[in-house]
Amino acid sequence: MSNTNYIGKALSRVDGPAKVTGAAKYAAEFNVPGLVYGYVVSSPVAKGKITKIDAAEVLALPGVLQVFSHENVPMLALLDRSYKDDVAPGGSPFRPLHDAEIKFSQQPVALVVADTFELARYAASVLKIEYETVAHETDLETKRGEGFEPGTGKTGFVPPPPPRGNPDKEFENAVHRIDQEYVHGTQHHNPMEMFGTTAEYLDGGKLNVYDKTQGALNSQRYIRQIFGLSKDDARVISKYTGGGFGSGLRPQYQLFMAVLAALELKKSVRVSLTRQQMFSFGHRPHTLQTVKLGTNADGSLAALHHHALHETSRFEDYTENVVNWSGMLYQCDNVKLGYQLAKLDVYTPQDMRAPGAATGLFALEVAMDEMAYAAGLDPLEFRLRNYADRDQNLDKPFSSKKLRECYHEGAAKFGWEERNPAPRSMRQGNMLVGYGMATGVWDASQQKAGAKVSLSADGKLTVQSATNEIGTGTYTIMTQVAAEYLGLPLEAVDFQLGDTDFPAAPVQGGSWTAASVGTAVKNACEALGEKLLKLAQQMEGSPLKDAKFEDVEFVNGQLRLRLDPGQAVVVRDIVQASGETKVEADATAMPNLIKQKQYSLHAHNAVFVEVQIDEELGTLHVTRVVNAVAAGRIMNPKTARSQVLGSVVWGLSMALMEETVMDHQFGRYVNHNYAEYHIPVCADIHDIDVLFVEEEDDIVNPLGVKGIGEVGMLGVAAAITNAVYHATGKRIRELPIMIDKLL
Amino acid sequence: MNSFTYTRAEAVEAAVREKSASGKVKFIAGGTNLLDLMKENVERPTRLIDINRLPLTKIEAAPDGGLRLGALATNADTAWNAEVEKRYPLLSQAILAGASPQLRNMATNGGNLFQRTRCYYFYDLATPCNKREPGSGCSAIGGYNRILGILGTSESCIATHPSDMCVALAALAATVRVTGKNGERVVKFEDFHRLPGDTPQFDNTLQPDEIVTAIDLPAEDFSRHFSYLKLRDRTSYAFALISVAAALQLEGNTIKEGRLALGGVAHKPWRDTTAEALLKGQPATEETFRRVAAKVVEGAKGYGHNTFKIELAKRAIMRALKQATEGMPVADAFQNSNP
Ligand SMILES: Cc1cc2nc3c(=O)[nH]c(=O)nc-3n(C[C@H](O)[C@H](O)[C@H](O)COP(=O)(O)OP(=O)(O)OC[C@H]3O[C@@H](n4cnc5c(N)ncnc54)[C@H](O)[C@@H]3O)c2cc1C
Ligand code: SF4
Repeated sequence: MSNTNYIGKALSRVDGPAKVTGAAKYAAEFNVPGLVYGYVVSSPVAKGKITKIDAAEVLALPGVLQVFSHENVPMLALLDRSYKDDVAPGGSPFRPLHDAEIKFSQQPVALVVADTFELARYAASVLKIEYETVAHETDLETKRGEGFEPGTGKTGFVPPPPPRGNPDKEFENAVHRIDQEYVHGTQHHNPMEMFGTTAEYLDGGKLNVYDKTQGALNSQRYIRQIFGLSKDDARVISKYTGGGFGSGLRPQYQLFMAVLAALELKKSVRVSLTRQQMFSFGHRPHTLQTVKLGTNADGSLAALHHHALHETSRFEDYTENVVNWSGMLYQCDNVKLGYQLAKLDVYTPQDMRAPGAATGLFALEVAMDEMAYAAGLDPLEFRLRNYADRDQNLDKPFSSKKLRECYHEGAAKFGWEERNPAPRSMRQGNMLVGYGMATGVWDASQQKAGAKVSLSADGKLTVQSATNEIGTGTYTIMTQVAAEYLGLPLEAVDFQLGDTDFPAAPVQGGSWTAASVGTAVKNACEALGEKLLKLAQQMEGSPLKDAKFEDVEFVNGQLRLRLDPGQAVVVRDIVQASGETKVEADATAMPNLIKQKQYSLHAHNAVFVEVQIDEELGTLHVTRVVNAVAAGRIMNPKTARSQVLGSVVWGLSMALMEETVMDHQFGRYVNHNYAEYHIPVCADIHDIDVLFVEEEDDIVNPLGVKGIGEVGMLGVAAAITNAVYHATGKRIRELPIMIDKLL
Repeated sequence: MNSFTYTRAEAVEAAVREKSASGKVKFIAGGTNLLDLMKENVERPTRLIDINRLPLTKIEAAPDGGLRLGALATNADTAWNAEVEKRYPLLSQAILAGASPQLRNMATNGGNLFQRTRCYYFYDLATPCNKREPGSGCSAIGGYNRILGILGTSESCIATHPSDMCVALAALAATVRVTGKNGERVVKFEDFHRLPGDTPQFDNTLQPDEIVTAIDLPAEDFSRHFSYLKLRDRTSYAFALISVAAALQLEGNTIKEGRLALGGVAHKPWRDTTAEALLKGQPATEETFRRVAAKVVEGAKGYGHNTFKIELAKRAIMRALKQATEGMPVADAFQNSNP
């Protein structure tokens, strides 16, 4: 596929105008008739039980319709299984309003429903609830040495491989050794759009559920199981999502609440969370890691140990792949990886952009920098010397891996060779200047997905799939794929998503949507193409009578012979001649496991950053970033670049700002609002240069894409940390790097 | 719903009269602080008096040759006012180092004096806080206090006053004009805000029936050698961890008169006149600045997470004085970037 009209072109977002004009509607913006409003009451205590709820006073307020709590929730599904969503980890999922027990601070304990939002909010603020508290544990530091190895309950979790070689002995024998601990605190996703659900109650008791989610089908399955609804009873719609970053991979409790209230009250109900309540569920877990590296005299890695311990809730064992990357990113024959969890009185953590890798690679890549210094090597040279041409965890070759090119092209663009390796050796005015670099790696995966296409007699193509758009560019990419394969102008394609009535697709996560849904759309378009050829051949005097599908192509609204383009039929005419109003086809795309099983499938990147630090005042600015990314084929350089720009900002944010601080007196997050949970503002962001090193890879999937939503943030936090060391000589091993750590 | 009555005052006297009425009465100006606090249920007024129609929006010459800033002039109009920029650039810089353009367009000078602390616990009704609920205890002292005070703190409260503008006003020795039932009075800036003591529920000395009508800037000239240095966790749109307003009058390299106030360290904008005295008549050198900085933090007390502020305050004071001396209000391209 070298000559394309749309795929690989830098096109603007097709949903851009709808977003900037406000035509794009989000879950809490559907003003259905007769809407009433729910407001969630959150627990002020971290552990204990509710001893009394006195709702009488609140219920007496004119306009208050109901107060839902564990005391009056009807009989719902009994088994844990029914509360498990597609990405639930092992354990027993939290059931909102299930019983009197308090398991974490800010647990939703009641829903007040009223005629207006303001009234519901007020009523919630005066609702009398009494609690009995018991001692809570929220501090991971107290759980050192008490971790346990989790089971494989969660989809996508791969327990670390068993040790290989002789990691302990080789570490002891190594010429250079480092052994350090790396820490980052809890982080919350904080997408701009808060979680909200509008449950529209329809005649006959059916529901249209507008939900903020990264998977409409996931939300639908969840409420069907809990409330015993059929697929027809509850259609879930989610056309736009104002950011997800993983927070929408699991249905959040406002969905449960809105559906519960709608079914019980037989009314349309909206429940939206407050910014504070956005800190009441999943998060990137507080993680403690140790990395031990040993090298030989020539700078080759002799031994590598990486161990991680992170928090989970009492009720579920959240897992992510933190340490496995360390066994495959560099060539090393003696490796020991360990991964453990500790239970605390907090909500279950949840996948957050590049889950596991963002954590593990921060530790590994800072350790690699420390080792480069210990071994007297340039950090880039050190990585090149230990370049892995094969995935040693799986003992398989990579389907493609242009990380070496990322290193070289990134370094050249950045001007890495101008770096004086000595810490504190570079200055600009009174600022210390530091250059740092790091590597990233992420899975290239494909999931089963479906799509349906329908071409009408006026030449318009409708494409549908129940995937989601979380801002990554799905609308645009899928429009490109369909336009490409059926040779139609972009304007003729209407890609629709986020509706459970559409063909099934997985949750939008894991950077697999372009690969999964893209392949489904391609397959559906090809199936439609075959139908159109057959119909064209039935047309009078058809020039394509004897053509096989391989002999034809769709270009500029025509179906024509590849070798004799003059022999053509106008696609629209085919539909018209068929006598039907439209021609349809659908398809499901599955990963080709036989082909893929022989390879390790991954995207990589190399990040180079410059920091400037005013040492006296502890102020730090990331003045330049070059991020070189090898992620297969780039479907749209413009949307892909946006993804990587956003990723760099994420990485910077993780490095310098983000931390949800727990006050262990109360077992409660204290900076749970946008004013005090900091993310960068424009003034914090300077030059970001994105480079794509394209890879041709027909093993990952027929489109050759690896996904771009996550890999770009990897390496950023470590590269900044390494640059800080280079600038100041201070090795920081705990994020975020705020002023106090630089003094 | 959290019901309240809403009325608009057309004259200062009427506003004062209404303010003394029964119930929890609050003025509302730009609303940028009050509305947030109402949404969080930290403030629950039963009566709101909108004072935006009062004729207090002017910035004009004061009788003593200084400048009078109307209480209802917005922070934006004040910062960009030609007289303020020319004669009191320290004030311009301080205002522009705060909040965001949108907020500064709404926020008024009067309201800025009254903005309440950003202590996490003050905002979270699930936690005890003496300032919000006298007698309930202070969560911050044994809790997470990274952003809180190191000077003039008490056993009941270690909150800081979050304003940037007020730090400059303190350094410039402004006065606050106040009208109450018994007429007008003028309050020195350092007497306007107060230390927490054992009544942290009171941020300032304004009486319940009073309104601020204007802020007066004296005629003294600090327009050449000044600096507003704000250190914070991101480049813009964050409150100060430490801020320093420094202003000097120099004769050659000798300091004729020096002013110094700090933000982010205490329950009030922290002007230290004893430290200022150490500037007077001294050469503008690192040595002098070091002595002054040491003096300012002499009685400082850290509470764990915020102990770093003591050292940071010293360094910031020295830097701000150095910048003021050099006539270079900001240290580098990144500081005080004011979008
Ligand atoms: C997200 C955010 C970030 C911010 N960042 C900064 C920052 O970095 N630096 C900074 O300095 N500030 C910052 N601010 C605070 C902002 O400057 C204040 O909210 C603003 O100055 C308040 O002015 P206002 O007119 O909106 O006051 P209002 O909210 O209307 O009133 C505040 C209080 O003052 C009382 N009041 C108002 N006028 C008078 C008067 N004339 N007489 C008597 N009482 C009166 C009211 O009754 C009320 O109690 C920030 C605010 C927000 C929301
Ligand atoms: S420092 Fe003051 S405002 Fe903060 S919790 Fe203590 S009493 Fe409340």
